[in-house]
Amino acid sequence: MAEFTVDPYADRYARRTAGMSASEVRALFAVASRPDVVSFAGGMPFVQALSTEHVLEVVGSVIAERSEVALQYGGGQGSPLLRERLAMLMAEEGAAADPEDLVVTTGAQQALDLVGKVLIDPGDEIVVEAPAYVGALSAFGAYEPRFVQVELDEEGMIVERLEAALVRGARPKFVYTVPNFHNPAGVTMSRRRREQLVALCREARIPIVEDNPYGLLRFEGEPEPTLRSMDPQNVIYLGTVSKVFSPGVRVGWALAEPGVLQRLVLAKEAADLCSSNLNMLITERYLAGERWRTNLEGLVGIYRARRDAMVEALGRHFPADATWTLPRGGFYVWVVLPAYFDSANLLAAAVERKVAYVPGTAFYPDGRGRDRMRLAFCYPTEDRIREGVRRLGELLSDEEELYRSLSG
Amino acid sequence: MTRVAVLAGGRSPEREVSLRSGHRVASALRTRGHDVVLLDPSETPFVESISAASVSACFIALHGKEGEDGTIQRLLDLLELPYTGTRPGACERAFDKVLAKEAMDAAGIPTPAWAAVQVVALRDLAAGPILHRIVERLGLPLVVKPSRAGSAMGLSFVEREADLPHAVMNALSFSDAAIVERRIDGPEVAAGIIGGVEPLPLVEIVAKDGIFDYAARYTPGATEYFAPARLAPEVAEACRLQAADAFAALDLRDVARMDLLVDAEDRPWVVDVNVSPGMTDTSLLPMAAQAAGIGFDELCDRILSLALARASG
Repeated sequence: MAEFTVDPYADRYARRTAGMSASEVRALFAVASRPDVVSFAGGMPFVQALSTEHVLEVVGSVIAERSEVALQYGGGQGSPLLRERLAMLMAEEGAAADPEDLVVTTGAQQALDLVGKVLIDPGDEIVVEAPAYVGALSAFGAYEPRFVQVELDEEGMIVERLEAALVRGARPKFVYTVPNFHNPAGVTMSRRRREQLVALCREARIPIVEDNPYGLLRFEGEPEPTLRSMDPQNVIYLGTVSKVFSPGVRVGWALAEPGVLQRLVLAKEAADLCSSNLNMLITERYLAGERWRTNLEGLVGIYRARRDAMVEALGRHFPADATWTLPRGGFYVWVVLPAYFDSANLLAAAVERKVAYVPGTAFYPDGRGRDRMRLAFCYPTEDRIREGVRRLGELLSDEEELYRSLSG
Repeated sequence: MTRVAVLAGGRSPEREVSLRSGHRVASALRTRGHDVVLLDPSETPFVESISAASVSACFIALHGKEGEDGTIQRLLDLLELPYTGTRPGACERAFDKVLAKEAMDAAGIPTPAWAAVQVVALRDLAAGPILHRIVERLGLPLVVKPSRAGSAMGLSFVEREADLPHAVMNALSFSDAAIVERRIDGPEVAAGIIGGVEPLPLVEIVAKDGIFDYAARYTPGATEYFAPARLAPEVAEACRLQAADAFAALDLRDVARMDLLVDAEDRPWVVDVNVSPGMTDTSLLPMAAQAAGIGFDELCDRILSLALARASG
């Protein structure tokens, strides 16, 4: 009567891996990545818009002139010149940053992991938005926090709800927010809410982790000040070049007060010693001069047109009782469907009809979100977006008919 | 050295599982000295690439639609290429749970009482009220599954009648019909059958959180397996006989896996039939084979040899 041991490590895994399991949704994405499927699932930057010639010139010059550095280990904090350029990117959004307060990370995703490592003990409460960026939930989740979810609306996190949670006794280690062009909700935190949040957190002595990957992808309107600029002592700021240049170079950063920074750098060194010198040099050169700015303007134009195509198509093809956000920048539209829709279950049928999205459940640690879906408009062309939304709309209308017949 | 193709991938929701099966099978067959080419039929142009590969036989490691429903088998028949497993017509019947259930009922093979809900009936005949009748007839609790899907995708357990519509919609996301089945409570076992070999020992499945769903199947450690199953010898024998009867009644060939549940009175019920069983590192057929002393490499080779025998015959 031998027990068959599939995985001899089964009784060795750390508790923090408990949530790391296979899933149907993940399996369906394997089919959704095929070229005939219009995928609104992944938030992939449209890197085809980069000029190959320009990139070749940048990479070539790094290899030709700096190969002895490029192929070597670097410092854990990242090269000083690159940090200056990243501080410059922050200045574009009106946030003053001292390059000395900044650590370069392997994408902002590593910064999320390092923040978790440095700040979260098992059982600690941390505040995230509802919905929240799925990558932050998985990065923080590994440190076994208890997530306190605070709803958001068109103006971003509803700070009154956070206040109410604090009154009820929540004692979060920090508040995590994506204030600009939220992932997945597409909304931007209003000036009023920013002021409320910064004031509340300062008074309650709760640090804010401000994650701002999309801030420079603004389609219209005036930028809101970064939370960091409103209260430098109390805000840890995370940035990335993934959206303004390339996610392939994996260059992100965290900006924090010296005590936090020191621990982030030590944690970074423990994780991977240093970021890739080659990629840091490429990024530094790409961001030198003015050409990156022209490229970014071009990209913003492309994304704006795609947003317009998606929003227009949603109005045409989606059920009358569905609602969605109108992002003024970034990558995502967030759709709220009538309650009887289950976007997680529907994904298989969507993939069968050659269109894909991310079910809302991915963005809530507590299993909510079945009636929601995230649509990324950043990657498919406008025609493909219109076609994909049409396919999805048709599916939803068939599903609605099915629901009506089943509910009598 | 025989040149053979392992077919894996496809575009069914089980694509990922199939790729895992295919890689393992390919590497096993290479270890056994075959010249193996791994092909994904969903990569165009398949007909050209399989013809150009000039292989003696195909090992089908595809799961789900197109791989298990007779589609790929018909194509290979046209190309006059021998392949592992069941003929197209029988594949079609075994893969479609409505047809498989009807065939098993006709052959007197015990399978839980069931009803089918077709999407066309709901849409065009406004057959929604039928759900209440189904509950009256079958009672509760129920299991709802898509008629044509695998890996427990789209499967739900229903305790209350009010949850049935949602479960049916869930299943219909994967298929154009749903099977509603009386839930049997008891040990779950898998019976592997390989042509020309004694029935394999049963594998008993104990999902740690009680439900052998997709996550429990493909996350190593999420399910405990016992091979042979911890059943009384006569109960295990009854399971193996039912599985063998189902294999014959459904006219299956070379290889199959039957999933059974054993109720409180020790009666076995066939709940699922797979003509292209999973061959991943957490799959049941390889475990059953191993319990019989047949290693994975040998298992793959034996299945392949059944197809190769047809090639030379």
